[in-house]
Amino acid sequence: MKIQKNSNIPKTPTGIHGLDEITGGGLPKGRPTLICGSAGCGKTLFAVQFLVKGITECNEPGVFMSFEETARDLTENVNSLGFDLKKLIADKQLKIDHIRIEKSEIEETGEYDLEGLFIRLNYAIDSIGAKRVVLDTIESVFGGMDNTILLRSEIRRLFQWLKDKGVTAIITGERGESSLTRQGLEEYVSDCVILLDFRVIDQIATRRLRIVKYRGSMHGTNEYPFLIDEKGVSVLPITSLKLEHKTSGEMISYGFPALDKLFKGNGYYRGNSCLITGTAGTSKTILASYFALSSCKRKESTLYFSFEESPEQLLRNMLSVGIDLKPFLKSKLLQIHSSRPSMQGLEMHLLIIQRLIKEYDPKTVIIDPISSLVTIGSSSEVRAMLLRLIDVLKINQINALFTALTHDAKNEHNDLTVDAVSSLADTWIKVRNEEINGERVRSLFIVKSRGMGHTNALYNLSINEKGIGLTPPMNKPSREKQEGLL
Amino acid sequence: MEKESIMELRLYIAGQTPKSILALKNINKYCKEYLDGKYRIEIIDLLKNPQLAEGDQIFAIPTLVRKFPEPLRKIIGDLSNEEKVLVGLNIRRFN
Repeated sequence: MKIQKNSNIPKTPTGIHGLDEITGGGLPKGRPTLICGSAGCGKTLFAVQFLVKGITECNEPGVFMSFEETARDLTENVNSLGFDLKKLIADKQLKIDHIRIEKSEIEETGEYDLEGLFIRLNYAIDSIGAKRVVLDTIESVFGGMDNTILLRSEIRRLFQWLKDKGVTAIITGERGESSLTRQGLEEYVSDCVILLDFRVIDQIATRRLRIVKYRGSMHGTNEYPFLIDEKGVSVLPITSLKLEHKTSGEMISYGFPALDKLFKGNGYYRGNSCLITGTAGTSKTILASYFALSSCKRKESTLYFSFEESPEQLLRNMLSVGIDLKPFLKSKLLQIHSSRPSMQGLEMHLLIIQRLIKEYDPKTVIIDPISSLVTIGSSSEVRAMLLRLIDVLKINQINALFTALTHDAKNEHNDLTVDAVSSLADTWIKVRNEEINGERVRSLFIVKSRGMGHTNALYNLSINEKGIGLTPPMNKPSREKQEGLL
Repeated sequence: MEKESIMELRLYIAGQTPKSILALKNINKYCKEYLDGKYRIEIIDLLKNPQLAEGDQIFAIPTLVRKFPEPLRKIIGDLSNEEKVLVGLNIRRFN
C-alpha cells in the first residue's frame, strides 16, 4: 500500500486519508506546500482538514489565514463535514484570521510593505503555539492592491519567513490559464506542489489530485481520484506496488456443500476472491446468499453490497428459497448495504466500500452485482477501480465474492466486467440458462480455480423452496457442446 | 464634512522604519496645513501591539486609517503623494 519511506525529509501527516500514502508520510515538515486548482475543487477544504486533523490527531495547533471567507462563513461551511471549528477555537487550538482587502476603501501612495500581514500571522502563530499554517488564498492580495512587483517580492519574503518560522504551511492558489496558479506562485514554493482538478466525465463529476512536485522525496506521480463527502476529503489509496499479501491454506465453505464438492479442497481458500458470472436469472444472488449464510454461521462478520435489491427485498426473496438471513441481520453479523449504482461516481462507491470495510472489519464481502458499478465509468477507470478494490480485500484477507451479469452467454469475453475481474479473481464460476427440449435448464460449471483442482463437468442447477441443488448431468452432454462451453 | 468635526486618524507602523517615519512626517505636515488643528493622530506600533492589527484589517505598513468621519478610509504607503492623500481623506484645499 505504501511507497517506501527511504527519504530523509521529515514529514507532517495531513490526516487526509490516502494522501499520506501517496506522499510517503505527508507534506514536508516546516515548509510551505502549494495546493492549486480551479474554483470549487476543494482547496479550502483540503486546507481545513489539514489543520483540523493536525489538532485532533497530531496535537499540532494551527492558524488559518483566510483572504476570502470570514471566520464565520468558514466555520459554517465546514460544519457539514463534521469539523467543529468553534470548539477548536475556544480550546485555543485553532485561530482563524480573516484578512479583508477592500479595494474601494484603500488608496495607495508611496512605498509600503506587507509587514502588517507578517505581524498578524506571527501574532496568531505565537498566541497558540501553532505548528501548521494555512494561507487561503494569498493571491487575493493582487486583487486588492496595484503594486504587483512589490506584492510578488513580499510574497516571496513571506514564504521564506514561514520556512524560518518552522511551520508546515499550505498555501492555496487559483489555477491560472497557462501556469499552475494565476500569479505564478509555484515559482516561489519550490518544495511541494499539489494540483487539484475537478472535471465532469459522462455527466459524473470526478475529482483528481496530482503531486506536481515534491522536492527531495519519492511520491506517486499518477492522478489520483479523491472525493469530498460528509467525512471530509479522502484520496483513493493507490494500488499496491507489489503483490505481497499473505495467503491462507484454510478452507472455508461456499455454504453449499454440493458446490464445495466440485473443488478438490472441498471449499474455497480463506481470503480468496470468487467471481460468479451469468445472464439474468441464473441464480447468482442465491449463490451469493449461500456464501453470506455460511460466513454468518461461522460467526464471521459479513458485508453484503446489494446494488439491485433493497435489504428487505433481498431477505424476502432469499427466504423463498430457504435461506434465512434475518437472524444474522438482527445480530449485526450481517450488514446489507444497498444503493443505486448511478447515484455516485465510481470512486465514491469504492470509497464507501472501503470505508465500510474499515468500519465493520468484515471477514466476508459480497458485491452483488459488481457489473452494475461498471456501467458508470470508462473501461480504464473500471479496471483500475476493481484492481484497487480487490487489493484492499486481499490485503485484509477478506473472503470476497462478486457476481457479474453478462448479457450474452456466447461472448462473455467481450464483457467488460468479466474481462476486468476474471483475471483478478481466484475462482470463476459460470452459471447459465439454456433452453433444452422446451424447458429452461440452469447449469453451473467452474472456469478456473487457482491452486485447486476442480471438476470439469457441467452440473445442472435446480431451485426449489428448500434451496438449490446440483446434479451431475444425466445425459452426458455431447462432446461438441462441452467444447463450445469450455 | 461638517466644519466642527474633528478628523480621527490612526497611523499603523511597525518600528521606526524609514517608510514609517516618512509617513508620519507627511501626515503631520498635511494636517497642519489643511485641518487647522481639527484632527487627532494616534500612532500604533504593531511591533509593540500586534493584537491591534486585526481590528482595523491592517496588512500593509504603513497604513493610515481615517476612523472618523465615516466611511472608513485607508491609505497605505509612505503618503508621499500629497494629492492622493488629500483625495483619500477627502480634505478640501483652502488656498
